[in-house]
Amino acid sequence: MNAHQIDQQTLLKDEKDPLTHTPVHLLSLEAVGKHYGNIIALRDVTMAVDNGRVTCVLGDNGAGKSTLIKIIAGLHQHDEGTLHVMGDARKFSSPREALDAGIATVYQDLAVVPLMPIWRNFFLGSELTSGFGPFKSMDVQKMKDITKKELADMGIDLRDVEQPIGQLSGGERQCVAIARAVYFGAKVLILDEPTAALGVKQSGVVLRYILQARDRGLGVIFITHNPHHAFPVGDRFLLLKRGKSIGYYDKKDITLDELTAQMAGGAELAELAHELEQLGGHSDALEEVKAEVAGVTDPTSGSPTKRH
Amino acid sequence: MTLTETASKPALGDERVGQRNPLQKLLGRPEVGALVGAIVLFIFFASVSQTFIQPNAFATVLYGSSTIGIMAVGVSLLMIGGEFDLSTGVAVISSALTASLFSWYFTTNVWVGVGLALVVSLGIGLINGWILVKTKLPSFIVTLATFLMLTGLNLGLTRLIGGSVSSPSISTMDGFESARAVFASSVSIGGVEVKITVFIWIALVAVASWILLRTRVGNWIFAVGGDANAARAVGVPVTKTKIGLFMAVGFCGWILGMHNLFAFDSVQSGEGVGNEFLYIIAAVIGGCLLTGGYGSAVGGAIGAFIFGMANKGIVYAQWNPDWFKFFLGLMLLLATIVNLIVKRRAELK
Repeated sequence: MNAHQIDQQTLLKDEKDPLTHTPVHLLSLEAVGKHYGNIIALRDVTMAVDNGRVTCVLGDNGAGKSTLIKIIAGLHQHDEGTLHVMGDARKFSSPREALDAGIATVYQDLAVVPLMPIWRNFFLGSELTSGFGPFKSMDVQKMKDITKKELADMGIDLRDVEQPIGQLSGGERQCVAIARAVYFGAKVLILDEPTAALGVKQSGVVLRYILQARDRGLGVIFITHNPHHAFPVGDRFLLLKRGKSIGYYDKKDITLDELTAQMAGGAELAELAHELEQLGGHSDALEEVKAEVAGVTDPTSGSPTKRH
Repeated sequence: MTLTETASKPALGDERVGQRNPLQKLLGRPEVGALVGAIVLFIFFASVSQTFIQPNAFATVLYGSSTIGIMAVGVSLLMIGGEFDLSTGVAVISSALTASLFSWYFTTNVWVGVGLALVVSLGIGLINGWILVKTKLPSFIVTLATFLMLTGLNLGLTRLIGGSVSSPSISTMDGFESARAVFASSVSIGGVEVKITVFIWIALVAVASWILLRTRVGNWIFAVGGDANAARAVGVPVTKTKIGLFMAVGFCGWILGMHNLFAFDSVQSGEGVGNEFLYIIAAVIGGCLLTGGYGSAVGGAIGAFIFGMANKGIVYAQWNPDWFKFFLGLMLLLATIVNLIVKRRAELK
């Protein structure tokens, strides 16, 4: 086990903006916390997002991933710590404010209207118009062309921008939503579990578009509970558990197996094995869990290593 | 997806697009089922009745269609926006009664009453829409309540002010003739008297189609009907769009109300009940999806035309008009089924 966490102080100071070469993060969180009444939803979370980097936020259900994106997207406000955007401390009071600051969120439901054509969805709420006063009409041809071009630039191989978006596959719809966010000037792109409802192949497609967005210079926050999706595309990994950060790693400091072990919670599995042993009579299940523990904690030697 | 000949396409083309043939494209339009139905019905009545295709008779058919069609324009837009309005039938009468009773009671120029009626009609729409977006109740409940209240108000206020079940005659009042010229005159085309409502109807359909297909507001109407939450998330003013749609229905109701008033000189306060369904039927026959997000203004117009043909055609064919309602129900069922099949077929290909 040689995964070592990023020293949070050095991380926040040493990173340089690849475009301006100044030590400013596109977006950074320092010791951010949030509580709803007496429930602590999130505490002491530190992370950073930079141009052309993918920051993955991993965690199981209830780990605080949603709370974290809601704070960044402006749906909730944090109670502790600071949120910096381009070096300025901010607290967003509405999603609109976050959008204006260049933070776009692609939610799981994608905010698309299934029966409407792709180009209408692409420009929905920000339609291009020409003409004056009561005779202002939409610039349909221009919008279609831009939609086609933007999607092609993202490498999305689309059939026809006139077809209803509901006819696209889940992965393609996800990609249209990403392309839309990119076109409308997003600097930080938050993707909320984009691969959760997708098959293996579709997930691969979406991961490729995450890389496309990264290569276009966006800072990407990729929320997921699947380390196999996070590891190939991520540059940094923030692990959340029960509202708390349990690790923040740079890609060079961690392997996929270590990430998986952290995610799966090797300690919990060992505990479960112990409980089953005490109960007795579940030999099959016990063997399975034991094998799992071995696999999860140290896949090379097979010997469980004590963590935490 | 069928692969068809694509070699001649430019480099930008995609081999999966195929050549979507124009017929297939046409079949994908919302109003096509209704159009087929309208043509079949026209041929049917033309073959059973000699009078049906004579210009004068046809002008009468168009007039009948227009009195439904004017309302169907607003109701179609509203339905595409995901709501429907049960108060439209009586709201038309409310508007006519407002104009008539106000100008009669205060002996003003009738145009003052006409103006006030417009305010009242838009106000009814505003109240419907406002209650809907504030309470988030289904439009069925909200507009059913408005329907009942307006029915009561129409009867109660007419008796209270005019002392009768019908509004007093205003034919001798100032401005009556000019208002009649605007709302209830006829235009002679090649010796055939065509009612002005036919032209108003066509103009409204044209404007509504333009709004729906070529303006931002049109995009928003489709979006709030298709998925209001998604629309809100991308910054579409959902509440304003919905309230605006109810007010557009109110505007159409005002036009029809003024026609009803000035075609004669008084209005029966108990009229209008049940008409709301005719408007909804026209929109549905015309391909508007009851659940919203899909449809067209032209479709609603074709639906109204089918209604007008069936209504008058039965008379010209010298059948007993008792059968009309049965016929209408059958048309509704067939049209919706045809729509459904056509839409599925077109989308699958």
